[in-house]
Amino acid sequence: MKKVVEGSVAIAHAVKTIRPDVIAAYPITPQTHIVERLSEYIADGELKSEYVRADSEFSAISILVGASATGARTFTSTSSQGLALMHEVLFNASGMRLPIVMVVANRALSAPLNIWNDQQDSISQRDSGWIQLYAEDIQEAHDLTLQAYKISEDIEVRLPSMVCMDGFILTHAYEPVDLFEDEEVQKFLPPYDPKVYLTTEDPLTFGALATPEYYTEFRYVMQQAMERAKKKIRKVFTEFKEMFNRGEESLISLYKMEDADIAIITLGSLTSTVREAVDRLRDKGIKAGVVKIISYRPFPEEEIRKSLDKVNSFIVFEKDISLGHEGAVFTDVKSVVYHMKDRPSAFGFAVGLGGRDVRESTIEKLIVECIEGRKKEGFYFGDVKRVKEILK
Amino acid sequence: MEVEITLGGVARPGTARKNKTGTWKVYMPVVDHKKCILCMRCLHNCPEPCITSVDDKIEIDLDYCKGCGICSSVCPVDAIDMVYEEK
Repeated sequence: MKKVVEGSVAIAHAVKTIRPDVIAAYPITPQTHIVERLSEYIADGELKSEYVRADSEFSAISILVGASATGARTFTSTSSQGLALMHEVLFNASGMRLPIVMVVANRALSAPLNIWNDQQDSISQRDSGWIQLYAEDIQEAHDLTLQAYKISEDIEVRLPSMVCMDGFILTHAYEPVDLFEDEEVQKFLPPYDPKVYLTTEDPLTFGALATPEYYTEFRYVMQQAMERAKKKIRKVFTEFKEMFNRGEESLISLYKMEDADIAIITLGSLTSTVREAVDRLRDKGIKAGVVKIISYRPFPEEEIRKSLDKVNSFIVFEKDISLGHEGAVFTDVKSVVYHMKDRPSAFGFAVGLGGRDVRESTIEKLIVECIEGRKKEGFYFGDVKRVKEILK
Repeated sequence: MEVEITLGGVARPGTARKNKTGTWKVYMPVVDHKKCILCMRCLHNCPEPCITSVDDKIEIDLDYCKGCGICSSVCPVDAIDMVYEEK
């Protein structure tokens, strides 16, 4: 059923068809229409989930940790400061191997106060043991939400997932979206049926004490689960494509990379802008291509290395910065090419921070500057004004 | 060495019994029964609680004693010495 809907509404619709048992959310800023719409579905009797209004995002995710431990399928959604407030519990959810799915509306972190889009919030949670999938458009965000459940709930994986979609650019935009039918989702997603779960009759401790003799082994098995998640993501994407006739089969998506000399690597809604810029450069005879990262954790090491096999250089465009070093994605991509014999030159740019509009012309200009040797290898703020900082 | 671990660190009730926290200690309490006046201060102050009184004699369960030394410091007659434990 194709309909023109708002991004948040598309996610709410997807979640409705997935039928989580428990939804917990903090309903006030920073929040999106996703949980607002879900609460309406429940009030109207269209969805039978238990909906818990929490007093903070910390509580919301804590409630889901408890609910998920009882074997319930769970959902929440948040953004920026809300995700930051969940930080501590994110590690508990992944360590307890609870397949919670959360949609993150990517927004900047304060201070200074800024409610607009960038990806600093979820990128800052990259080490939390959650799978992170980034959506380019509303359709992909809607589809990844369903795929995330199938990936997370698999016994070989059992790690929570974040589906990251750019705040406002996707959450508040209207696009035609092929929305799920109930029957399709029931066919695609098996019921969540954990063998070990919490009941009042059979009390259990989740995430019990692990002394130095055991803690390393728990982290080790989580790392292995992340490795297995790569395979599972490919499998779920492929199954999805067979059934719904859309989407990717890999952790990355390539565009005009077959004969590319330069690879432009990015993630999220920025990909569409970058693709347009690459088309313009192709018209001028510059052989550029695009590598879109869909799965940021687990990181698609093998895929990225293979895609960069023949290029002379790569440029990462990302909406975050690890202050004191460089963009987090740039660091990760560089680590992948370290072992390559003829490693390509590496350029990275932070763009679109705090909602600054990223134009095709800006992307095009920066790519040309790299190609023409006007920039040395390294990381830069892609679009920054001349600043005079008043130090007094 | 192979270790078996559960998914998500799930544990059944009572597993704390198997986890001998006494291995954590560096110094262990040794009671001088000749000095002991059976005031029971050590018994009431032990945070674990590892101290019991059996047949008018103080006994310390070294399987779970973490060697905090509170018993030794509250003893009014200095009957409990904290001794470096050779493992």
